[in-house]
Amino acid sequence: MPDFPSDLHYSQTHEWVRVEGNRATVGISDYAQTQLGDVVYVELPEVGAHVEFGGEVAVVESVKAASDIYAPVTGEVVDANDELDSAPETVNADPYGDGWFFIIEMTNDELPSDLLTAEGYEAHCQAEGE
Amino acid sequence: MKTPLAELHAEAGARFIEFAGWQMPVHYGSQLEEHHAVRNHAGCFDVSHMAVVDLDSGYAEPLLRRLLVSDVSRLNAGDAVYSLMLNERGGIVDDLITYRREHGYRLVVNAGTTRKDLDWIARCERELKTTATAHHRNELCIIAVQGPQAVKNVRNLLNLRELNELESFTFVERADYFVARTGYTGEDGVEVICSAEAAIDLWSRLVTNGVQPVGLGARDSLRLEAGLNLYGHDMSDDTNPFECRVAWTIDWEDEDRDFIGRSVVEHVRDEGALTKLVGLKLTERGIPREGFAVQTKEGAGIVTSGTFSPTLKQGIALARVPVSTRGSCQVEVRRRLIPAKIARLPFVRRNI
Repeated sequence: MPDFPSDLHYSQTHEWVRVEGNRATVGISDYAQTQLGDVVYVELPEVGAHVEFGGEVAVVESVKAASDIYAPVTGEVVDANDELDSAPETVNADPYGDGWFFIIEMTNDELPSDLLTAEGYEAHCQAEGE
Repeated sequence: MKTPLAELHAEAGARFIEFAGWQMPVHYGSQLEEHHAVRNHAGCFDVSHMAVVDLDSGYAEPLLRRLLVSDVSRLNAGDAVYSLMLNERGGIVDDLITYRREHGYRLVVNAGTTRKDLDWIARCERELKTTATAHHRNELCIIAVQGPQAVKNVRNLLNLRELNELESFTFVERADYFVARTGYTGEDGVEVICSAEAAIDLWSRLVTNGVQPVGLGARDSLRLEAGLNLYGHDMSDDTNPFECRVAWTIDWEDEDRDFIGRSVVEHVRDEGALTKLVGLKLTERGIPREGFAVQTKEGAGIVTSGTFSPTLKQGIALARVPVSTRGSCQVEVRRRLIPAKIARLPFVRRNI
């Protein structure tokens, strides 16, 4: 069974967000990595790029398919996980830890209202799987 | 539909996908690990969704000499041959393996084309006014065991000492198991045809002995690295053998043998095909997928199959391009043009 940590926020497009102050760390959920299968490439955004909630910012490509990653918050990219270049399999092995994608410094203090709680996201995944 | 091994797959943590109406394992956790297991050790595949078709002796030989591009009269009992059925337009109805048994022949055809193939065979039977009919053995299972350690494992488990000396594209029959030295991965190995009960027993013992269960995901990346076509993708009813790198299967020798499609493929042989199937290696990061556009100096082409090669760690593809295409080209991957080189096939050679 996929893992849905309760301290994270989730988007309907399967990104997770960990908020610390005005910094939001973003990755893809355990459910998403299971659906994708083995990840072989991750294309990350440039540090310094301005990203808008819902905009395409990264690409994750697995043996099965390429998928867009959407910004779950609005702000500026301040860090990207370059380790994924040489070890993309980390996304499968540790999606909520070392498999993080990038960090956004948020423009707004409030999170977008579209983001889901762990419980809401789990229900969303179940509905999608049916 | 499910194969008799479905329960064992579920217990082993398989993720299933639908393939030609069958629920088949796509992987058991990691497609990449399964791929490497076959290249480096041994893996087992449940390919029971493919169809076994038996033909009695007597009527089978004239039928198959009309139906197939290969001349089965050249086969001895115990021989197998990779072959094609063509339609009257020279297009490929299916690719298949034909086995010549002591009495009669056995065909193994693709899952997605089983109905079409049986209809095509029946049509040919009517044309030749045969009294016998092909027998679809849908109660039988097929297990492929592939990789450098595959033969050793099967030999020990089935106590088949002669397996070591069994040549490529030959087979042996025992009471419970039909074992052929064939496969679809580019590695050494066997394909075993047997009853459901025998298959469950063999599969369990293979896995207990450390042979890795492998799903359809790795089956596809393995066959593509080996430069082997997939029916319905790299070849179809609308492409002829010269356009698909499989004209070598045609046996021209007996000029009186009028196999279906002969006059058309003779014409293509003499006049030349307009397109060809080539291997492509992407020289920058990107994964080519089926349907992606290819740009060459000689004109437009299209990717017929593509994947990330776990062995080469780069994108590889089979692509249909203008026949004069040489050297390099570009593949349009997600709105970007990625440079690619025409590569010699197979992409990956066997581990010895």
